[in-house]
Amino acid sequence: MAKQVNRFARAGVALATFAVITACGSTTTTGTSSGVNAATATSAAAFGGMSGLIAAARKEGQLNVIALPPDWANYGAIISGFTAKYGIKVNSANPNGSSQDEVNAVRSQGGTSRAPDVLDIGMAVALANTTLFTPYQVTEWSGIPTSQKDPGGLWYQDYGGYMSIGYDSSKFTITSVQDLLKPAFKGAVALNGDPTKANAALNGVMMASLANGGSLDSIAQGVAFFHHLNQLGNFVPIQATTATVKNGTTPVVFDWDYLSAAHGKDVPTWKVFVPPNAVLGGYYAQAISKTAPDPAAARLWEEYLYSVAGQNLWLQGGARPVEMAALTTAGTLNQTYAAALPPVGGTPVFLSPSQATTAATYLDSNWAQAIGS
Amino acid sequence: MTTLVSSAAEPAGPPFRGRLRVPSWVGVVPFFVYVAAFLILPTAIVVGGAFAGAHGPSLTNISALTQPYILDSFLHSVVLSAASAVIGAVVGAVLAYAVASGAPNGVIRRVVTSACGVLSQFGGVTLAFAFIATLGGAGFITLWLQEHGVNIYANGVWLYQLSGLILVYTYFQIPLMVIVFLPALDGIRPQWREATSNLGGTSWHYWRHIAGPLLLPAFLGCLLLLFANSFSAYATAAALINQGGIIVPLQISNALSSEVGLAQANLASSLALAMVVIVVVVTALYSWLQSRTARWVR
Repeated sequence: MAKQVNRFARAGVALATFAVITACGSTTTTGTSSGVNAATATSAAAFGGMSGLIAAARKEGQLNVIALPPDWANYGAIISGFTAKYGIKVNSANPNGSSQDEVNAVRSQGGTSRAPDVLDIGMAVALANTTLFTPYQVTEWSGIPTSQKDPGGLWYQDYGGYMSIGYDSSKFTITSVQDLLKPAFKGAVALNGDPTKANAALNGVMMASLANGGSLDSIAQGVAFFHHLNQLGNFVPIQATTATVKNGTTPVVFDWDYLSAAHGKDVPTWKVFVPPNAVLGGYYAQAISKTAPDPAAARLWEEYLYSVAGQNLWLQGGARPVEMAALTTAGTLNQTYAAALPPVGGTPVFLSPSQATTAATYLDSNWAQAIGS
Repeated sequence: MTTLVSSAAEPAGPPFRGRLRVPSWVGVVPFFVYVAAFLILPTAIVVGGAFAGAHGPSLTNISALTQPYILDSFLHSVVLSAASAVIGAVVGAVLAYAVASGAPNGVIRRVVTSACGVLSQFGGVTLAFAFIATLGGAGFITLWLQEHGVNIYANGVWLYQLSGLILVYTYFQIPLMVIVFLPALDGIRPQWREATSNLGGTSWHYWRHIAGPLLLPAFLGCLLLLFANSFSAYATAAALINQGGIIVPLQISNALSSEVGLAQANLASSLALAMVVIVVVVTALYSWLQSRTARWVR
């Protein structure tokens, strides 16, 4: 029933937008007789500009997001900021889910009013599931570097950072990855997830590999390093979370620098170390679901994320927004937040999709054995 | 419902005026619908998924089960379930006996049974974190013992290994055993023990020839329940041992939701199918034992 009401509302919005557009004499690409269909709009111009998009999104009144933990890259503030600005309710499902969970939800719930509207996913999953996305280009499209977006707008990277070792500096000092092999680190070192399952953990093992003579094409040295850590009793196989860091169970954690930096709230002596000989970067990507039940709100959400305000909110969370270079040039980057980012020396490297697959395949058959007791 | 069924079961009798004649099987329809929707259908989906490949039927997922790390996870799962079931059953039975031999409506019995009711469901992330906070590397008991010169983790943090899981699982296995075993103990009458004494029997005779054989079928049934209970448990282990998919439910989770390109829903199905097979084997073993131990009861 709600679905039906929704559909009428959408038809109404579409008709109204069509009327506006024809009145302006603009030539839009959408050739359907019913006018602009929010579900196929590829830019705000299709709605007759931002005000048209905002009106259409307000009519829908809600947005379904998935797998956005409030303490991840400042998403708590980003979600409440969106609701405050546009008066649109955000339904946040399964905040601790993985990228694959997001895609599974689109597949299993597609067509219902509970299905996710927008996705924030790792690149491996994004590239494997582009058929589930619909193209859209935000107003600030040119601010996203060419190598970090799909030319058609099926996906676009949003924020990223570098793989780091976060640690409680009141207990340890870390100046290299090999320091972790010292006896002082007994039962202290953890990953953010299982690397055969979680992207962040896979990158953690890859970073250890780079620091131990491996390369982006070979994660084996990283697996050997963790095997060694495990034999020494320095590795703890539990997942590092805000809770385990807070109570001191995982005082040393491999994680993205922007996630690790958030632990400073609970552990004031928390420090984030990016090894200069292993600067491994990683970006997540945004995409709009083809079956989004709230297509206009989904597009407005993307506009919000890629606006100066949205980009600076990610920066506040310690993540490096994808338009960072463009904002720096324009002078709109928040300098206080930028200065708080952990220092990074050395040349950043990024895993290509095929290198990520090679690493995952190696982990699949070797990880369990390497850290088995 | 009973009257309806019994009236329908009389073929010669005339139908009640104003009432529809309802076939006798109608009463069990809800049960069969339930079983079909929640047992048969999911099992069929699992079996279908296990034998489905990218291009039609395939045995790839079944042969993938023989990979060393998956075989290890099955071994771990069986060891974990068997060990925690045996410990839980023995300790729980002793505790239940202590409770049953007290006053039937006494305070102790009421307190213990309600506490067990709560604790038997106290699994998952909360239980795992309770152990992490008390016995983990930075747990307060660990630290207190260290201050007094005892390092329980001198040889590594065993809490995050299989032995740790066994300990944590017994925490909900023992209370469950108390709850499910108490009714059987209540069926044992004190008069039987008195009768044994009157006939010159010792305590050993009583347990060996009377209470033991009477309780054995129930004990084995509870043991099976405990085995299945820990065999299928997921959340506690997931929160405690995040790495390497040490037991089968964790491997299934990895196969379903890996975001690094290793998600294989069909492998998850074949893992689940193998778990079903193991439980079927254990259940068959149980019913064979049951038929032997309970033969004289009939």
